[in-house]
Amino acid sequence: MHLLAEADLRLDAAPIDYILLGVYFVMVLGIGALARRSVSSSLDFFLSGRSLPAWVTGLAFISANLGAVEIFGMTANGAQYGIPTMHYYWIGAIPAMVFLGLVMMPFYYGSKVRSVPEFLLRRFGKFAHLVNGLSFATAQVLIAGVNLFALATVVNLLLGWPLWLSVVVAAAIVLAYTSLGGLSAAVYNEVMQFFVIVAMLLPLTFVGLHRVGGWDGLVDKIRAASPATAAEQLNSWPGTNITGIGSATLSVLGIVFGLGFVLSFGYWTTNFAEVQRAMSAKSMSAARRTPLIGAYPKTFIALVIIIPGMIAAVLSPELAAYKASGGTAEGGVTYNNAILLLIRDLLPNGMLGIAITGLLAAFMAGMAANVSSFNTVFTYDLWQSYVRKDKPDGYYLRVGRIVTVLGCLAAIGTAFIAASFNNIMDYLQTLFGFFNAPLFATFILGMFWKRMTPLAGGLGLIAGTGAAITVDVLNRAGVLHLAGQGASFVAASAAFAVDIVVSVAVSLVTRPKPAAELVGLVWSLTPRDQLRHDATGENAGWYRKPGVLAAGVLALTLALNIIFW
Amino acid sequence: MTDRKRAGLFDLRGILALLFGVYGLVLTVMGIAATSQEDLDKAGGINVNLWMGVAMLVAAALFALWVVLRPLTVPEKDAQGKDAQGKDAQGKDAVDTP
Repeated sequence: MHLLAEADLRLDAAPIDYILLGVYFVMVLGIGALARRSVSSSLDFFLSGRSLPAWVTGLAFISANLGAVEIFGMTANGAQYGIPTMHYYWIGAIPAMVFLGLVMMPFYYGSKVRSVPEFLLRRFGKFAHLVNGLSFATAQVLIAGVNLFALATVVNLLLGWPLWLSVVVAAAIVLAYTSLGGLSAAVYNEVMQFFVIVAMLLPLTFVGLHRVGGWDGLVDKIRAASPATAAEQLNSWPGTNITGIGSATLSVLGIVFGLGFVLSFGYWTTNFAEVQRAMSAKSMSAARRTPLIGAYPKTFIALVIIIPGMIAAVLSPELAAYKASGGTAEGGVTYNNAILLLIRDLLPNGMLGIAITGLLAAFMAGMAANVSSFNTVFTYDLWQSYVRKDKPDGYYLRVGRIVTVLGCLAAIGTAFIAASFNNIMDYLQTLFGFFNAPLFATFILGMFWKRMTPLAGGLGLIAGTGAAITVDVLNRAGVLHLAGQGASFVAASAAFAVDIVVSVAVSLVTRPKPAAELVGLVWSLTPRDQLRHDATGENAGWYRKPGVLAAGVLALTLALNIIFW
Repeated sequence: MTDRKRAGLFDLRGILALLFGVYGLVLTVMGIAATSQEDLDKAGGINVNLWMGVAMLVAAALFALWVVLRPLTVPEKDAQGKDAQGKDAQGKDAVDTP
């Protein structure tokens, strides 16, 4: 029964579909080879020589995140919960991206650090740096494994290749282009992948809407299919179905503070796999615009990811039956299959090949982002800082290439760890809560409170991560009773709060760094003009002002929030 | 001059124009010549390949137009200043602003 259901998802790919897939991978490897020619120093390799234009880094910024988890996870959420899923974008990602561009990027880019851990080194010294460097490198290898496993599962499901072969082939392709061209190759491929993904999602949305009779038809069908919960699925607030919190007021608080503030700000502003894309921009102006430019397509991606999920739940008989059973029917499709079902049911050969390409490219880009941020942090923050100092630059470039190979091999190992978890989405959310929530607390406190001491930086991170792990263990042991979403939210909030409390307490009894060493790192000690950027030449023009871009995207998000209220 | 040419080859917009040009062409041809009734029924009567093919050709043309209107220029001071010497590693970049 189980095998039969899986075989049903096999897409009916024709030779032309494989040819279109092949064209894409030839170009991916070609970009790797071309990018290699422009790599002459370690900075070229790890930060693209800080030379990329803002539209490229902006699209790469959101594309690095547009992997297996987002595409499968958000269509699945759309199918299951409907409109409230939009909060992940409009309350979650967008305000955090605006905050990164307006407030935090001047410190990141202005201090010329090459990684997020390196910022901690400058602000707090070696203890916090080592703690974060090690935890980040570990987390990236684990997450790369998750992406690789998701990728291999799709290849296995769609094309019928064995799982181990899919893992190895996918790892080899990612390795080929990232070790040749470094971050440039990864970023360029992310931008290319972004457009292919959009080319996949647009026809699914439009053709899907056409099939269900437009937006009104979709609404009618959802009302008919699940009359009891239709109101929750069709209105974004209070979103009680997505938070699992019964009280409407608490649910709104949960979305705004839990999802919007702690989880999303933590993820988008301190996750180096994202921030690295902005750091590789060619000027302060371009770096600040990176997350702001990325925020515009991110706003609309929500529509073309979540609406197809909602359509799949009424259009695909298998998924509709699964949903009618309350998500308990076993052996058949699940919400995670929503987008695959739509691709299978709506797209003809030709467009089908491009959709397969988009899916595979997205999962590979996710892994490439993990690998390219892992090799940077490992080389600069661990190897150069603590193991082999003061070598010529060529040495670190070689180390970076070797570490890329090792990172890909390690990801093959962690892919099989990920395979042993039955719900990889929960596994990932848990990891983010462990590492990003405390890091965000330390960053915010460290950037705005000059009194915060080096020891507080390190101990705060350890205590915060410890608190998140404690909540997770207590929940698993049955001491706390939290449903899937609630657990990671409480763990992240606990990590944030404990990190702040411990950092403040330790700071009050230890000695801070002298003010002179904190210029450019702490808000109150940094001259205002050092945070401004050049606004002439190709950075001129009102439409390139970060404030204008930020106001525009916030207004857009607000309008969409009201439309889908 | 050769530098300028090399940068042109590696202009991402050109690569995107090429990719969507090829994809658009293939899909348009398939939409016109190889669309079965079954394909049409799947999509509620819409010829998906044809529409997407034409849209991709338009996208490819726009990328190509962008390259022509705003060609990529290699900054004059490209060769100097990048920290090829290594360990200073503060990453002073030569390509900051023109």
